[in-house]
Amino acid sequence: MTAIAATTVEGKAPARKRRGSTYPGWFFLPAAIIYAVLFLAPTFASLYFSLTRWTLFDSVFIGLDNFAQFFREPFLIRGLVNTVLYAVITSGLKVVIGMALAIMLTSQIVARGYLRSVIFFPVLVSTVGVGITFTVLMHPTQGIINETLALFGIAGPGWLVDPRLALFSVALVDVWKGVGLATVIYIAGVVAIPKDYYEAARIDGATKWQNFLYVTLPLMRPATATVITLSFIGGLRTFDLIWAMTKGGPGFASDTVASVIYKQYQAGFYGLSTAGNVVLFVLIAILVVPLTMFLNRKQGHE
Amino acid sequence: MTKTRISALMGASALGMLLTAGAVQAQQSGNLQFLIDNGPQSVAVAEAWVAAFTEQNPDVTIDIEVRPGGGEGDNIVKTRLATGAMADVFFYNSGSLFQAINPVQNLLPVTNEPWQEGIQDSFKSVVSAGGEVYGTPFAPAMGGGIFYNIPIYEELGLEIPTTWEEFMANNEKIKAAGKTAVIQTYGETWTSQLFVLADFFNVLAAEPDFAEKFTANEAKFATSPAALRGFEKLQEVYEAGYLNADFGAATYPDGLRMVATGEGAHYPMLTFGVGAIAETLPDNLQDVGFFAQPGDSADSNGLTTWMPDSVYIAKSTANPALAKAFVGFIGSPEGCDIRNEAVGATGPYMIEGCELPEDVPPAVADMLPYFQEGGQNAPALEFLSPVKGPALEQITVEVGSGIRPAADGAALYDEDVRKQAQQLGLAGW
Repeated sequence: MTAIAATTVEGKAPARKRRGSTYPGWFFLPAAIIYAVLFLAPTFASLYFSLTRWTLFDSVFIGLDNFAQFFREPFLIRGLVNTVLYAVITSGLKVVIGMALAIMLTSQIVARGYLRSVIFFPVLVSTVGVGITFTVLMHPTQGIINETLALFGIAGPGWLVDPRLALFSVALVDVWKGVGLATVIYIAGVVAIPKDYYEAARIDGATKWQNFLYVTLPLMRPATATVITLSFIGGLRTFDLIWAMTKGGPGFASDTVASVIYKQYQAGFYGLSTAGNVVLFVLIAILVVPLTMFLNRKQGHE
Repeated sequence: MTKTRISALMGASALGMLLTAGAVQAQQSGNLQFLIDNGPQSVAVAEAWVAAFTEQNPDVTIDIEVRPGGGEGDNIVKTRLATGAMADVFFYNSGSLFQAINPVQNLLPVTNEPWQEGIQDSFKSVVSAGGEVYGTPFAPAMGGGIFYNIPIYEELGLEIPTTWEEFMANNEKIKAAGKTAVIQTYGETWTSQLFVLADFFNVLAAEPDFAEKFTANEAKFATSPAALRGFEKLQEVYEAGYLNADFGAATYPDGLRMVATGEGAHYPMLTFGVGAIAETLPDNLQDVGFFAQPGDSADSNGLTTWMPDSVYIAKSTANPALAKAFVGFIGSPEGCDIRNEAVGATGPYMIEGCELPEDVPPAVADMLPYFQEGGQNAPALEFLSPVKGPALEQITVEVGSGIRPAADGAALYDEDVRKQAQQLGLAGW
């Protein structure tokens, strides 16, 4: 997490310098100290410890062995695939559902303010709490979801205990919890579109569908870029919800890179799990940097 | 870099604490911190010990501090030891996990304390490092095997099985009677390991040198037929359809409830479960019996045993004399009596002079013959070898729910074990 924060800050710093600052150099000193102590030092410390066999009591330098071991983890590949799958599913659904909800909540409907807060409410609830609640609701025999389905004569699946379903069940809960934030960002995007465009479109005889397709959708591109970037990064480093609901199980079916890392930490393999964090950091950088560049370039052409 | 800075800070504050502690000691009063896990049994027994000890020593105060159990608790213990912020007295695992807290560097040896004479050598061997003993038993010894529901056995006229074949035949009859034959609770993954871990007596019966060879990277679960049996048993029980419908989501308390109330007939578990049954379902305590996990031959029927957790003293303690007095109190017959009164008896004690009450629950009475002379028992693998793969519980969930066949699971576990052995820096891996 610190590592991610470090890249974003790092990414912006040179751009600011090039433009030439209005402030004297010493003005940056307090921020630089905080940044160095809280972000740079741990980042370099973790880079070092990822190269050691570390028991918390002492550490032995072992070169790249931890990385070799980490990539030999039988479930790492599964975890990598799951991580990307999870990030794509959750961010995709958040974009589609968030946009639909935002359009609904900016139109003239009854109880609009109330509905807006209802949509946003799950964002405020603790993730672990949500996870535990849904674990109870999704219990295969006593959970309210399957009991409700049984009333209609449907035999509900084992949402969290079927290895084919577990990851998707968690992803759906993640979407339920996180879509409120996407919706709020989209509402801001929709509200910011000047009414002139719609008036011009009306004069041209555009249908409602054309209004959406040719006016709303392109003008919401900045909002979409924000939602995709935020939820994609969130999805890649997702941990709390998966840990609260399945602990990566059943077996290894819903393991993500973050849960594989945590398990190494739990087993007392501190060097190995730090190496895993470095891998996760690189993975996020590799996927997200091109993605943001792509999204921002599109924006530039507007 | 950060680590040194933290230790410097810790050192400074420790110095401060030391000075104040010296001043306090001069006034003839002592204070101890006692770190325990948050299990209801641990809390109950710790409170009883502290109450009794402080009654005898009115000038002493002992603060109980509670930590979570499992892997999270392990990390708290390790972190606090590494930063020198450990409570004076704490309890933690014995055996393979004990070596991971670096006892020689972090703990106060108690080898020559008078009360150590009364403690069994088999226990001392799993809390020793570098020629010194560091621990005192926190609880009675445990067995790993199978809890069964006595009323179901009586109703169906079943015999206690001594071979795996008889066990499966019993299961078939129980299933035919429309009941759940075997309870599994994979909602808490650690409970899934019992069929493999509790089978170790049978492994040793077939291959007496398995543990040494396993530690030396010469014997593998996948290639040793006796060791593979544990995984196969897990798979057989699943494939025969003996499991409870919600086995994937049920938890440890569910499993104890089911076997105690007759919702299911068999529950593979450690005998410490008796304490939890006594606490939550006292009315059903008499309905639960226990037998060792059967092997392939009736001639070698015995119990895989677990050493209890242990009480340790941190080397950083400001009050070693008082800490030793308190730990000695826990490791005395008086300490056992207090435990019996607080949470009941769950197995034989490792301390000389500790008696079990007359009216032990049937499950405990069932395990005692295995410990008595002529009884057969063998320690679990984790007390004979420092190597235990951390992913075993996920692998046994997979084998036990039909996701992965037994042979695959065993091979995967061997891979997991290799990682642990390398991290420990063992030779030959």
